[in-house]
Amino acid sequence: MLEITNLHASVGDKPILKGLTLSVPAGEIHAIMGPNGAGKSTLSNVLGGKPGYEVTAGSVTFRGEDLLALDPHERAAKGLFLGFQYPVEIPGVSNVQFLREALNSQRKARGEAPLSGGEFLKLAKDKAALLKMDMEMLKRQVNVGFSGGEKKRAEMVQMGILDPAFAVLDETDSGLDIDALRIVGAGINAIMRSPDKAVLLITHYQRLLDVVAPDKVSILAGGRIVETGGPELALRLEAEGYDSVMA
Amino acid sequence: MTTATLPTRRDEAWRYADMDGVARLGVAALDVWKEITLAPGETRRHAMVVGSAAPELHRIRLTIGEGARAELFVTNAGGDYTRVEVEVRLAKGAHFEFGGVTIGGAGVTREFVTQVIHAEPEATSNQTIRAVHWGGATGNFLGEIKVARHAQKTDAAQDFKGLLLEAGASANAVPQLEIFADDVKCAHGATVGELDEAARFYMMARGVDPASAQRLLVQAFIGDAFVALEDEAERETLLDAALAALEGAKL
Repeated sequence: MLEITNLHASVGDKPILKGLTLSVPAGEIHAIMGPNGAGKSTLSNVLGGKPGYEVTAGSVTFRGEDLLALDPHERAAKGLFLGFQYPVEIPGVSNVQFLREALNSQRKARGEAPLSGGEFLKLAKDKAALLKMDMEMLKRQVNVGFSGGEKKRAEMVQMGILDPAFAVLDETDSGLDIDALRIVGAGINAIMRSPDKAVLLITHYQRLLDVVAPDKVSILAGGRIVETGGPELALRLEAEGYDSVMA
Repeated sequence: MTTATLPTRRDEAWRYADMDGVARLGVAALDVWKEITLAPGETRRHAMVVGSAAPELHRIRLTIGEGARAELFVTNAGGDYTRVEVEVRLAKGAHFEFGGVTIGGAGVTREFVTQVIHAEPEATSNQTIRAVHWGGATGNFLGEIKVARHAQKTDAAQDFKGLLLEAGASANAVPQLEIFADDVKCAHGATVGELDEAARFYMMARGVDPASAQRLLVQAFIGDAFVALEDEAERETLLDAALAALEGAKL
């Protein structure tokens, strides 16, 4: 579903990704772990198409298409979802307004009819309930005044509403307490665990992987995937640390 | 009495004006004032959209009686020079609420010029102005607040924010406070910035196309000016008129 081949990317003049190759087929939850500064967030930002990240070599193919040739909103309409490590606050725009605009923009790009206000609210209510989020919160401004945990839960509500084929989740577990971690993990499973969907789960900790069991785990270090294994690789990392596993 | 000559840029109140636009207005236009007097305890609200293919000058003089409340909301758009001047005189315990948006590109100049006189004690005023410009256009706000010596417990606030969508556009804010009483609250703030790129990327990452993302962000930005406008239909009219001006923008 997602094929990354020999990807090189820079921020400013600084090369961060240096020949990253990774393949994630449909039905797979693939965890990416790695030390600070390895390029994990750069990978997610490059996949999302964030301005300021320059791809200098390599390719990314998503469902058979050249992902890097698409603008961020076109990538979303093709079924890519980027879960932000630091969700952005948008004063003056409500979650409901924002997400209805987002969903209907995507549907329009795919040649589908827009959802009416009523249809959208019903969908939003279902997905909010999945993440145990009060509908009142969705009527508030996007992420404004939300705690760190609420922002991450709101990201997952967004994912539920937009129903992507592929999710890149950048440290979705950061800032979550244990209860919120379980809710968010269960949300990821409910929304994304499917034979025709896939997830790239970027995380520092095993604790999220206890809830969202990965099919594969890769270690990203120095801008490259240095090792790929099964779930046991994450456990080894947790027990022994990066230095010993990568040595 | 007629004004003998057109103002010049040396005149403080006209220093950022479009003098060609002023010349097109002509001398006669400068003498037209709309005088409105609110009786004690009266409440009156007016919402208006300014702007057409020709230059426009609107001069309003408001006298607000004791305990009365006047609310004025304006979308300042159009295809030529526009200037809205408001002179307000507040009696004891009166309130003046002003919300204004200047929006436009194509090199136009838009202005709000307000003079709010707190002539008696315990009056309040609140002014919220938002300016959104591109294409070498300019948005100006000249806001004067005068508090008379015995106008104790005055509470006056003025808030200006400019959003420049392109390099080359500009916004000018000139707050001018003259306070002769000692027990007063006068707050004023002015900032000018660009569109929040992080918010725009966040929206695009969720599938919102760039033009819609920009429209949503501009709508949120100018919405502040009309928060105090309780009539939803009127608020929609003013917002729609402002956003319609944005539709023409080639950004």
